[in-house]
Formats: sequence, C-alpha cells, structure tokens
Amino acid sequence: MRKKSYKAWLEGDIAFRGFTYLAALSLVGVVLAILWVLVEKSQLTFTKFGPGFALGSRWDPVHGVFGALPLVYGTVVSSLIALAIALPLSLGIAIYLTQLAPHWLRGPVSFLVELLAAIPSVVYGLWGVFVLVPWVRSSVEPVLGSALGFLPLFRGAPYGFGMLAAGIILAIMITPTISAVSREVLLAVPRSQQEAMLALGATRWETIRMVVLPYGRSGILGAAILGLGRALGETMAVTMVIGNRPQISPSLFELAQTIASIIANEFSEAFNDLHLSALVAAGFILFVITLLLHVMARLLVWRVARVPQGVTRE
Amino acid sequence: MNVKLLVEEFSAWYGKNQAVKDVTLPVPLHQVTAIIGPSGCGKSTLIRCLNRLHELLPGTRTKGRVMLDGQDIYSDNMDLAELRHRIGMVFQKPNPFSTMSIFNNVAAGVRVNGLRPGTKMEDIVEKSLRMAALWDEVKDRLHESPYNLSGGQQQRLCIARALAVEPEVLLMDEPCSALDPASTLKVEELIADLKSRYTILMVTHNMQQAARVADYTAFFLNGQMIEYGLTTEIFTNPKDKRTEDYISGRFG
Repeated sequence: MRKKSYKAWLEGDIAFRGFTYLAALSLVGVVLAILWVLVEKSQLTFTKFGPGFALGSRWDPVHGVFGALPLVYGTVVSSLIALAIALPLSLGIAIYLTQLAPHWLRGPVSFLVELLAAIPSVVYGLWGVFVLVPWVRSSVEPVLGSALGFLPLFRGAPYGFGMLAAGIILAIMITPTISAVSREVLLAVPRSQQEAMLALGATRWETIRMVVLPYGRSGILGAAILGLGRALGETMAVTMVIGNRPQISPSLFELAQTIASIIANEFSEAFNDLHLSALVAAGFILFVITLLLHVMARLLVWRVARVPQGVTRE
Repeated sequence: MNVKLLVEEFSAWYGKNQAVKDVTLPVPLHQVTAIIGPSGCGKSTLIRCLNRLHELLPGTRTKGRVMLDGQDIYSDNMDLAELRHRIGMVFQKPNPFSTMSIFNNVAAGVRVNGLRPGTKMEDIVEKSLRMAALWDEVKDRLHESPYNLSGGQQQRLCIARALAVEPEVLLMDEPCSALDPASTLKVEELIADLKSRYTILMVTHNMQQAARVADYTAFFLNGQMIEYGLTTEIFTNPKDKRTEDYISGRFG
C-alpha cells in the first residue's frame, strides 16, 4: 500500500471516528441534561408532597394543592382510546396497501398516509375544534349514549369537548405512524411464505391471517408502541379539544386533562414557584411513563420476535 | 395415455417479455413428467401458470388453455382456492411457515380447506409425514419450529404439507436444487413412491434427475417446447438436434 494514501486514510479515519463518537456522546448528554432539569426543578413539589404527588387526585393551583393522578389518568386513557381506534384502522390500511390494492394505487396512497404524519399538530387541533368536536357532540356521543349508556363509560351530557374527542384526534394523528411502520413490516414478509399458503388453496384473507400477520407480529407491536408513545406526549391538538379540566371521571364524555396539555396550558401563567415546580414534576412523571413504555416494548418485542433459529429472510 | 392435465397452445408473458411460447404439453395421470432445460427457458414460469400463482405478480398475461380433467383452469368460473387445493405445489427453496410448528405446517392446508368429517387432524399429519418419509425423524418434536430441521428435512416437510390436502396433481419446481446429494436422493425416492397416487409434474435443470425419476420428459428452450416424449426416448434417441446438444452437455 502506498504510504501517503495510507496516512491520509488513517488521519481521516481518526477524525471521523472522533466525530461520530462525539455525536453519539452528545445524545447521552442531552438525555442527562433533560433528566437533571426535571429532577432539579421539581424538587419543591416532591419535598412538599413526596411521592404522593403522583397519587394525589386534586390539582388546585389556587390553593396550592397539587396531585398528578388526574393528569396521568387523562394521559393514559386518551392514549389508549387513540390506540384502540388507530391500531385496527392502521392494520387495515397496511394490509390493503401491501396485499390488496391495485399496484398503481399503492404508491400514491402510501404517500398520502405519510403526508398525514407531516401535518402540524396545531392544524389537527383547529380541525378538531371546528369539525371533530361539533360532530362528536351532535352525533357520536348521543349515539354511544343511547346504545351503550348502560356502561359508565358512555354516560353524561354530550359536550363534544372531552376525553373522547381527545382520543379520537390522537387516533387520527397516530394512524399515519402506525400504518406506515406496519406497511414496512408487512412488505418484509417473504413472498415465498405467502405463496406457500396460497398454493395450499388458501384465500387471500386466510393467507393474511395465518401467514402475513403472524410473521409481522413483532413489527406490528413495535408500530403500536411507537404510536402510543406519540399519543402520550402529544400536546397542542389535545389541549384544544380535551376541555382542560384535571379530573378523574369514569365517563369518556367528561372533560379531562393530560400532562403534556396542562404544561402547555399553565406554564406561562404559573404564578408561583410551587405551581411551576408541580408542572415540571408532572413532566418528570410523563418522562418516566414513556421510559417505562419503551422498556416494556423492548421486552415484548424481544419476546415475540424470538424468530426460530435459522430463519432465512429474503 | 390417460391425460390428467393438458396444456394447450399456451403462452405467458411477464410485461413485454414472452416467457412461454405456444406450448402444448400433456401430463399423464399417475406418472412423473419432467420439464428440463437451461435457466430462463420458461419452465418455472409454466408450472407457476398451472396453479395460477403467477397472477400475484403485476403485468402477467396468458393465452391458451390448461385443461384439468377437461375443464379449463382459466375459465371464469374457476375458483382459485379450489384449483390450488387440487393442484399442489412444492417450491424451489424449502419454505416452511416460520411462525408455525412442524405439526401446524402440515395442518395449515387442511385447516383452510376444511377437515373432512370423520377424520382426525393428528392422523392426517402423521399420514402425510409418513408419505414424505419424515415421520420417524420428527415424531418426537412435532411442536418444535421447522427451522430446527435440515434443509432436506424442511423440503420433505413442504412435501408433506402439500400432500396433506390430498391434491390430484403435484407441481414441483426444482425441488432438489437447494439440497445436498443425500437429501436429493431421499426426495427422488419419495417422488417415485408418490406417483402411484399422484400425478407429478416437476421442473429440473438436473438432467440425471429427470432420467432417474421421470416417465415422460419435455425439453424447453427459450420458452418453446422443443421435444416431448418418453424419458427413455428423449435421452437415448432425441429427435431434435437441440435436445441432443443439451442432453449431451454441449450447452445449458
């Protein structure tokens, strides 16, 4: 090997390695910095209320009493509603786009789905206020109330604003994410596996049910977790439709509040240190929830994805 | 000759590329018919047209008829699932279902086609695995993943899976090309055993294999069928110069 080019290669290599090393390190730095701020700025709240802050059910800035449970409840329930609506819808989209749609249609529709993910959150919020909320008030809630009113979930006056509207708007927002990832997952199912099933005399649906979906199950699970993660942290659109009242009610028709939404709402108006630190503490809890979710997701995906040894992927 | 499957004046296209050109080929009942020829001669395309699996790819087109017991499989009232139930297929590379156990691999086809009353799934699975000469090797690990099996065992599992739904015709697309010589021998013995009950059409680029297992042989070149006849005739007394050149190893 020529000496000069070897040296140049070596120097470039060291510089490049140093750069990527720093880039990777900066990521760890950012996470630690965020965590430090969350812990530091929430000190006041946690010393005053202790870990009971997470379980307190009253959030009352006027009297200086802060409990995060209604926010945690609102965050988790609105996200679960979103997932319950978005997951079947997204799977339907992904299956249609990879298995059933005519080939010329697949590209444009996939593009449209991905475009939906690029619409800013506040625009979804506006649409929610002007279209979704009136529709929920005039159609969805009355129908659910009369059909399933025997369940506490669907009792109460139809406001339009509230937990249900937040869940629906979140569902619309995470559908592009879940369906785009699921689509990639289903595209990766080897043709040979599907052909084998079809060649046995299976219909399209049987092939999807018995081969395609089982093959993609860990990826679909990953897609769902990704969507759930996005729903948990979504702020703007939720704030605009959820009603912003920190309370725990069994009815999905009631107003509610999420962690992300209350921070956005009250941060600029927090008039004392305790209120401010309570908001940061709520943020800390959100951080922990998403962290736990991702750890759980890792474990689940790892369990489900234990692909048999020697599987050849094509 | 009792013809089970008759390919008549059949052509197939991938986009603009004509892969099969005006082929007429009889497939006799309870015999092994082999299609030989160099890579890209259209032999795999043709057999994928016989259970209409080629239709999964966009831009494919066919002309002509394929008569199964006198009924054209390309007629409008042909039910694809029913067709593929009657005409089974074994693929070039072993492709057991990776998310199912060995047992469920064999049972999968029976589940979609419906278990006949009075039969038990366990019996069908055992019978199919025995026919594929695999039972003794897997009977103690039916609920394990098929990927713990060797390549040859996997291919015999795929054969058992195809046999479980009791097809009338079995299409085999170079079933031994991914296997070692010992496994190849096993599969060839198996094919010889199966022909008393099934009509078999296999594609191979291995001429010795065709000579060993096939009763009839067709030679394909560039999408055309050059010659068809009894295997012994084709190999000892070919009528066409191109057949002779191919079987004597001058090309392909």
